Amino acid sequence: MSRKEKAPGASSRGATLKESSHIHSQDRRSFLRGGTLLAGATVASAAGLTGARAQRLEIPPSGKEMGHIIEAEAYGMPSKFEAKVKRRRTDVLVNKQNWSDWSMTPLQSQLGIVTPNGLFFERHHAGVPDIDPDHHVLVIHGMVKQPLKFSMSDLMRYPSVSKFHFLECSGNGLTDWTKAASKTVQQSHGLLSCAQWTGVPLATLLDEAGVDPAAKWALFEGADGSTHARSIPMDKVLADTLLVWGQNGEMLRPEQGYPLRAFVPGWEGNVSVKWLRRVKIGDQPWHLRSETARYTDPMPEGKWRQFSFMMECKSVITRPSGGMKLQGPGSYEIEGFAWSGNGSIKAVDVTLDGGKNWREARLEEPALDKCLTRFRYTWNWDGGPAKIASRAVDSTGYVQPTVSDIAKARALVGFVQHHNGVFPWSIGQDGEVKNAIV
Amino acid sequence: MRSCNLAAGALAALVVTALGLGTAVSQSTSRKPHFGKPISQADLAAWDIDIRTSDGKGLPQGKGTVAEGKALFAQQCVACHGDAAKGGPMYGSMVGGIGSFTTNARVLTPGSMYPYAPILFDYIRRTMPMTAPQSLTNDQVYALSAYILNLNGLIAENAVMDAASLTKVMMPNRNGFVVDNRPDTTAKRCMANC
Repeated sequence: MSRKEKAPGASSRGATLKESSHIHSQDRRSFLRGGTLLAGATVASAAGLTGARAQRLEIPPSGKEMGHIIEAEAYGMPSKFEAKVKRRRTDVLVNKQNWSDWSMTPLQSQLGIVTPNGLFFERHHAGVPDIDPDHHVLVIHGMVKQPLKFSMSDLMRYPSVSKFHFLECSGNGLTDWTKAASKTVQQSHGLLSCAQWTGVPLATLLDEAGVDPAAKWALFEGADGSTHARSIPMDKVLADTLLVWGQNGEMLRPEQGYPLRAFVPGWEGNVSVKWLRRVKIGDQPWHLRSETARYTDPMPEGKWRQFSFMMECKSVITRPSGGMKLQGPGSYEIEGFAWSGNGSIKAVDVTLDGGKNWREARLEEPALDKCLTRFRYTWNWDGGPAKIASRAVDSTGYVQPTVSDIAKARALVGFVQHHNGVFPWSIGQDGEVKNAIV
Repeated sequence: MRSCNLAAGALAALVVTALGLGTAVSQSTSRKPHFGKPISQADLAAWDIDIRTSDGKGLPQGKGTVAEGKALFAQQCVACHGDAAKGGPMYGSMVGGIGSFTTNARVLTPGSMYPYAPILFDYIRRTMPMTAPQSLTNDQVYALSAYILNLNGLIAENAVMDAASLTKVMMPNRNGFVVDNRPDTTAKRCMANC
C-alpha cells in the first residue's frame, strides 16, 4: 500500500470548498453507506495542492497499457465504479407484490437536471409490458367528427417538439409526513425525475379528428395489463399535453411507456398514461377507481379531494442528505432541486437552524418551466448540530409550505398524496445526516 | 427515382401556386399533416370499455348474481384477496370501512370509498384477475360486482346486477368528494426570526 493510499491526512479536520467539490465528484455512495467519506483520497488531493505532504505522482496503470477496444456495436453503460447508483424499489412502504409497485430515483447521485433513463423512477399498476411498436395503435374517438387510428410511424411523421419537464408521482413523500420513516432522499423524494421529452402536441391530433365544441374531458388509457385510465380536463389537454415517444434522445424505455405515452406537464405522474392506446373525448369525467378510490387526498370531516392533478412548488436538499456524513467542520456546498407544476422556480431559500432564519440560495441555469432547477448554497459548518432545509418560490409567487401549514388545510391520515412540504435534515456533531421531518 | 419524386412534388407545388391556391391561409392548411386513418366504432369496440361511472354510460348488456359472483370469486380471486375478500397475500381487505372516514383510521374499500357502484364493473373488467386481465365475460363481471357489493352490505343476497340495477346502488361515499381548492396554503417568505 502506497503512502498516498494510506491517506495520512486523515487527521486533518479541514474541509475546504475545493475538497468539498472534490468529494462531490468522487463518490456519494460512500455517504449512503454511512461510512467514511473517502477522506483519504480527498485529503491526499488537498495535500498535493498545498504541497504540505508532497509526494511524487506515479504514472497510473491506465496510462501504461492499451484500453478496451471499440466494440463493433454496443449500448454504452456506466463505469463499473458507479454500479451502486441504481433506482431502488420502495422499501420503506413495502408492497405485497411487485407488479403494482414503484421504484425510486437516486436523487443524491444526480448531476445536472436530467435524470438518466436507466435511473428514471417507475410506477406501474400491472408490471411492464413489451410492446412491438410496429403493432402499437393509438385510437382517438368519442366526441370527435372522425374517429382516427394512428400507427407509431404515422405519429412520428408529425412535426415533433422536445421539452424538458420533471415528472413526479403524487405519492412522492407519502411515508414521511409525520414521522421520519425514510433514511435517504432516494426513499423520501425519489418518485421524482426529469427528462427531455419528444413527441407531438395532442392538440394537433385532436384538431385532425375534429373535437366537438361541447367536449370538456378526455380519457387517456394504456395498453398494459391494468389498462390504466384517467380523465383529463380538455383545457389542459389543449394547453400543453404531449404524446411522446422520445426521452433524453432515445425512444422511451419500456418502463416509461414504450412506444408511446401521454405527457401532462406539471401534473401528477399517473395522468401521463404510459403505453397509451386510446384517447376518448367526452363532456364529463369518468370517475374511475384511479380518480376516486386512489389518487385522491383525505380532507377534514371525512372528505376527499378529487382531480387534484397539480404538483405544487417543492424543493429538497439532496446533498448533504440522509445517510451521508460530513467529515468535520469546514466549507460545504448545500445542493438540491426545486420544481413547480405551476411554472418556473424564482427563488430558493436555505435554513441552517431549523427554519428560524433563511438565506437565499443561488439558482443554477437553466431554470425552466415545470422543470427541475438546481440550487446551491455555500455553508461553513462550525461542527455543531444543525438542521438544514430548503424552501422554494415559484413564478406564481407561491411559497413552499411546511407540513404544519399543509396540516391546517388537509387531513394527514393514511395514504396521503401531494406532500410538497419543507423537508429538513439534521446534522449531528458527528457529521451524520438524518431525516428530521418531525 | 428519389430525385424524380422530388421533382414531381416540386412541380405539383408550382401547379398549386399557379392555380391561385397559394394564399397564406390555404398554404398553411394544405401543409397541415393528416396521418390519422378513419376507424369505425365496430372496429374499436373491443377497446371501448370505459364506463362513465356516475350514470353508468357504457355499461354493457348482461347480468350476474351474488351467488354466481361468490362461486367465481372462490375460483379466480380468493388466492390474492382472501376469504370473503377480507385480504390475502397480494391485496388487503375489500370489505368494511364504511363510516371510518371521520376517524383517524380511514379504511379504504370499494364499499367505503367508491362514490358510484359502476366503478366496480369498470375496474374489474379492465384489470382483473391480475394474471389474466380482460378475460372475464360481462356476466362474470356483473356477478363479481354483485358479490363485492353484498359483502359490503350494500345489496341483498338475492340481488341481480345489470346496467340499470348497478347504476342505482347508492354508495355511502357518493357525496364524499370535493373539488381541488389549491393553493390551500399561504406560506410567507419570512427570512429572519421566523
